[in-house]
Amino acid sequence: MLVADNLVKKFGNVAAVNGISLSLKPQEVLGFLGPNGSGKTTTMRMLTGFMNPTSGSVTMDGIALADNPIAVKSQLGYLPEGAPLYLDMTVLDFLKFCGEIRGLHGAYLRERLDISIGLLQIEEVLGKRIEALSKGFKRRVGFAQAILHDPAILILDEPTDGLDPNQKFHVRQMIKQLSATKAILISTHLLEEVGAVCSRAMIIARGKLVASGTPLELCKLSPHYHAVLATAAPSVLKLLRSAFVGNPLVTGVEEVRVNNKLTAIRLLNHQPAELLAAVNQAARAQNWVFESLLLEQDVLDDVFRRVTGGDGRHA
Amino acid sequence: MLNRQKFLSAIGNFFADPVFVLIRRELNAYFANALAYVFLIIFLALAGTMTFTIGSFFERRLADLQPFFQFHPWLYLLLMPALTMRLWAEERKLGTHELLLTLPINLSTAVAGKFLAAWLFAGIALLLSLPLWFTVNYLGHPDNGVILVSYLSSWLLAGVMLAMGSAMSALTKNQVIAFILGVFLSFLFIASGSPIVLGFLQSWAPAWALHGLANLSLLDRYDQMTQGVIGLDSLLYFALLIYLFLQATIVIIHLKKTA
Repeated sequence: MLVADNLVKKFGNVAAVNGISLSLKPQEVLGFLGPNGSGKTTTMRMLTGFMNPTSGSVTMDGIALADNPIAVKSQLGYLPEGAPLYLDMTVLDFLKFCGEIRGLHGAYLRERLDISIGLLQIEEVLGKRIEALSKGFKRRVGFAQAILHDPAILILDEPTDGLDPNQKFHVRQMIKQLSATKAILISTHLLEEVGAVCSRAMIIARGKLVASGTPLELCKLSPHYHAVLATAAPSVLKLLRSAFVGNPLVTGVEEVRVNNKLTAIRLLNHQPAELLAAVNQAARAQNWVFESLLLEQDVLDDVFRRVTGGDGRHA
Repeated sequence: MLNRQKFLSAIGNFFADPVFVLIRRELNAYFANALAYVFLIIFLALAGTMTFTIGSFFERRLADLQPFFQFHPWLYLLLMPALTMRLWAEERKLGTHELLLTLPINLSTAVAGKFLAAWLFAGIALLLSLPLWFTVNYLGHPDNGVILVSYLSSWLLAGVMLAMGSAMSALTKNQVIAFILGVFLSFLFIASGSPIVLGFLQSWAPAWALHGLANLSLLDRYDQMTQGVIGLDSLLYFALLIYLFLQATIVIIHLKKTA
């Protein structure tokens, strides 16, 4: 288990990371979310031993990174931001180098090479120089390097950033597959990633933890979670609005406008099932036609904006 | 039998050591692009040209390699920083230092591995000039002891300048700046005892400072060594400089990645 306790990193007088603590357990995929520049990469650099924290500590299974960096680093697989690689090497030479410098050799090295190469599906580019590879293949090679030594912990800094949708899907599938045996920390600013792969997520802003929990728990932080969202013609929406303002089930009404045209009404509430039934009943009685009527589920972007100050309240 | 097994396993352990793995990667990197070949050709062409033209190899009618070795400091002034400019600057530019320094190896191992690869490469360049040694033996009866010492001195001087270049490469992401800084630093240590520098300082610097500066000069010590005079102090001085600049590389990388 990887534990970070109260990590602080200051550059001059500016604290890029200001008191982040986390623990990463086996078979867990922890999403590390935050706007660009919020301290995700700096935190990961401290977790992997690349940077020393100004204060705070990192331990793995009770061993402090500061006391025994080599023992801790040998159990970590790391994909740095942008997946930097030695461009002048061929894929196979690069992976062999990574294995050998980690002390793998002989039959075990060959076995681990076969497994990693197979998992990342990079057989066809093994003899190519890395500089000639596409972005997607480069990322896969970086990934292969990170899992080559079968580490207990994987730390992946924005593993899907800049990939096309197919490549993103493939990487996420792989993260899920690997999570069966490993503890994985991934940083991202893509919210869809959290629902897709993470069992738990932490949101940081300005170097501090601002929210954490399972994706569902995080969604519940938004008043939009399980709001009734009705999309219809403006005339219908106005009728809906006047009918439900003041209804005891409704705690708030928000208008959704696109190009200043009213396109939807959001009814905030604490009893979604009852409210949805009431809206349906009113629609039948009044012959309202909705383009869609649904309970909002995927509201992480709203949570993200609220807790990171992206809604202007903290700006 | 057991001893043989022990020996083989010791050899295996040596080649599996991270320093050796790193040296192999770095040497391969030199040969993976044209840099290695361009370097070797330029070194041999320039060393040869200087030996036979400015050095007046034939006109001196002496069977020795003094004309070959005497220009090495000036040749190395440009060539060694060219060899080291990419060492760390390129790693930082590509971001691969983040990969390298999160591997389970010490920073000192990484610094030593990269430096040793560059030093071995310089050694290869020197070895390629061996035909000159054979030629001198064919033409006359040189003092082969002095020539051997000269080769070792030249390699040691290359080591000092590579260590300096390594530290300068750690300072910046820009290889051109790393090269210029490397040339400048090497020049300071080579020329510190030269009449030009001492003459310039003579008017205002105190005598002890001038004496100290003259003692720092690599050129004087190198000239003595290539004439077959090896002082323990000179050997220690070269070794100390290599050690100090490798330590400086470690400190610079550490500060740069943390700041």
